[in-house]
Amino acid sequence: MHMADALISPAVGVGFWALSLGGIAYSAKKLKDNIEEKMIPIMGILGAFVFAAQMINFTIPATGSSGHLGGGMLLSIILGPYAGFVVMASILTVQALFFADGGLLALGCNIWNLGFYTSFIAYPLIYKPLIKHNKFVFLATLISAVIGLQLGAFSVVLQTYFSGISELPFKTFLLLMQPIHLLIGIVEGVVTYGIVKYVTMSKPEILEHSLGNYSGKVDGTFIKKIVIGFLILTIITGGILSWFASSNPDGLEWSIEKVYGKPELPEKEHTLTNILKSVQEKISIFPDYTFKKDESKDAEAGEEKYPNIDLGTTLSGVFGAFIVLSLTFLTGFILKTIKKKRPS
Amino acid sequence: MNFDREFFNLGYLDRLSYKDTIIHNIDARVKVIGAIAYIIAVLSFPKYAVIPLIPFFSFQIFSIIIGEIPISFIIKRIFVVSPFILFIAIFNPFFDRNTAFYLFNIPISYGILSFFSILIKFVLTVSIIIILISTTSFSGLCYAMRCFKVPEIFVNQLLFMYRYIFVLAEEAMRMVRAKELRSFNKKGLELKFYVKLAGNLLIRSLNRAERIYYAMLSRGYNGNMPYNKRKKLGFPDLLFILIILIMIYFFRFLEPVNSMGRFILRLIR
Amino acid sequence: MSHHIVKFENVTFIYPDGTSALKGISFTINHGESVGVVGANGSGKTTLLMHLNGYLLPTSGTIKIGDLILNKKTRIEIRKKVGVVFQNPDDQLFMPTVYEDVAFGPINMGLDEHSVDFKVRNALEIVGCYDLKNKPPHHLSGGQKRAVAIASVISMDPDILAMDEPSSNLDPKSRRALINLLKSFKHTKIIASHDLDMILDVCERCIVIKDGVVVADGPSNIILSDQKLLEENNLELPLILQRR
Repeated sequence: MHMADALISPAVGVGFWALSLGGIAYSAKKLKDNIEEKMIPIMGILGAFVFAAQMINFTIPATGSSGHLGGGMLLSIILGPYAGFVVMASILTVQALFFADGGLLALGCNIWNLGFYTSFIAYPLIYKPLIKHNKFVFLATLISAVIGLQLGAFSVVLQTYFSGISELPFKTFLLLMQPIHLLIGIVEGVVTYGIVKYVTMSKPEILEHSLGNYSGKVDGTFIKKIVIGFLILTIITGGILSWFASSNPDGLEWSIEKVYGKPELPEKEHTLTNILKSVQEKISIFPDYTFKKDESKDAEAGEEKYPNIDLGTTLSGVFGAFIVLSLTFLTGFILKTIKKKRPS
Repeated sequence: MNFDREFFNLGYLDRLSYKDTIIHNIDARVKVIGAIAYIIAVLSFPKYAVIPLIPFFSFQIFSIIIGEIPISFIIKRIFVVSPFILFIAIFNPFFDRNTAFYLFNIPISYGILSFFSILIKFVLTVSIIIILISTTSFSGLCYAMRCFKVPEIFVNQLLFMYRYIFVLAEEAMRMVRAKELRSFNKKGLELKFYVKLAGNLLIRSLNRAERIYYAMLSRGYNGNMPYNKRKKLGFPDLLFILIILIMIYFFRFLEPVNSMGRFILRLIR
Repeated sequence: MSHHIVKFENVTFIYPDGTSALKGISFTINHGESVGVVGANGSGKTTLLMHLNGYLLPTSGTIKIGDLILNKKTRIEIRKKVGVVFQNPDDQLFMPTVYEDVAFGPINMGLDEHSVDFKVRNALEIVGCYDLKNKPPHHLSGGQKRAVAIASVISMDPDILAMDEPSSNLDPKSRRALINLLKSFKHTKIIASHDLDMILDVCERCIVIKDGVVVADGPSNIILSDQKLLEENNLELPLILQRR
């Protein structure tokens, strides 16, 4: 499930952008050191393939609903984790741009949720060890697809929760997301296994050529430094959070207090806003519009205090908005007529 | 069918992006920066902000008129991607029931305010992306990424991918059509057929990659993809980004709208 | 002018899966000649073309292009001499715009910006597609794609042009334009095709291969009017020679 711009706070968005870009940069470096030159067209074409394959829906047996391929696991199996991650990131980029699926700020979250866990956790830590002796291939594919998507879904819940835009309680959201993604993960695993098996049966040499030969091994230090660190952090905090959420209605607040030392979540975007605001106050050319009213609005950052909404302000706001929009219309049309008249 | 619609959209957006208008001719880098600044500004509004968001629609209105983008297309696209966001946002009115104010004696809760705030933010951010992509060619965007130091391998294979999405999607479409013709009234594609179809497409794609690699080699490919030299930003580009950033700043921090509205109201009275 | 000669001496090629595609092929092509290579599906035409610029290396026998004997070391040099146009232009046009695609070869040859621009312009003007330079390949028609694919090869100034089915999937008008274009080239040309009318029109010499061996080699107008020979090879008389 794609995270949307409107559900995340700028802090969460920027943070995951940084994480995902870091992942891409690291993978790119790894690829550059190891790959054959052939890899670039293969990666591009496989990206296009997954994209095309995602566009075809199929019916899920016994449920009557329809699904489509995600492709993360498939890409990791064929290309190895680094190239798989880079290709998945580019698929999500094209989706964000062309289908408005997700969003620009949420793209970092989406690359992380749908690319990272599959390529750097499920593939090297579950799939690879399980298929070592060419046994359990089906099981390996299934479990790693499920785990990859479960972690992704959990990550969506965390991002939503920490953004604080949605009022959906953490536990409710978790209970909504994880089971749905269990089903999606099983379907993904079955389909991925089916495709890989079909290809290896009808054209074994094709996959041998690309299968993990170029970038199959994940560097141990990378796992140690980033993956395991992050995994442990997520699982422990996440596990504690959800355990308390389920066993004790107030547990969530309690554990946040433990983690952050105060009952509210840190709201980074507000500090950012504050900095911008103080800069603004210093350079403002309209001293009349100080942030007195804005400050009262922002003071609500804590959960208890709500902003005071003054109907008079709202009315003038509606009026002003109307004027601004009409002005844009006018400017647009004027510019357009000027352009048309100009001989070109 | 879903497939045809998505494929059509892709081609349609792609064609829009090659039009020749003022906005299309602005440097891609400038537009990308503008879009990101816009999205961050919109999302940085407090969760109950509704009215202060409205002036941000001026960017859309302006680009739709100047950039010659059919508004119906944008609206349709927004509807297509809206279910997930609606699903999440709809909970806000239920979980946040404190009354914010009374509108003609009807209590309006904070949950309702944040619900509308999410919806407006959603429409604003989604439509600005559609506008960005329908006024900027994909290779222009990739060029911008390259200038922003996005890793080379990522950009190169992104370009490859985009180039062959059209080819492979057409191939996939032919396969789906052929399957549909033979399956008569059956609705949807069964899983096992899908697996075969996708497997086939995968084999063909890998074969194609092989041929492309051959074509690249025969034209002297040595592992580096050549690309265009960097262009300098022109005066219109700088003017454009300056205006955009000033407007965003104005709308985000000064809320000129309120004061302007107050002024007009006073005039009327 | 020995450096424009293509010489195959007893060339064999066996694919890794054991399929033997070429079973001892020998011929010599002289400077400026244009030669059609015809044969049924699976006769080895495409495999043969893939040897011309060293994508495949012969299992046994030698191939000489100009003064160079084809091997791993010389193939980079040979690729500059032999331009190959592929059957499917979509496989050949992989860059985001027409201009960048045609410039791909010259840039890889290490030319400076100015000469690259000159070569691209020249090549696109020869095939009549200069106006399309900023278009992405997926906006082109079939005929335009083919023309640009040819331009992307001639921008490298090859001595020898090799083409695989250049007239496939073209409408009659585009096909005619292509034939006229090919006739105007002074390069040594090697064209593999089922389109015997085109071969008759463009090539003065014709080589027939069957199951990886050369079964006939001679002037096109003689070979392509030999009904018995053609039918033995799953081919038929060019339409222009069929009397009704």
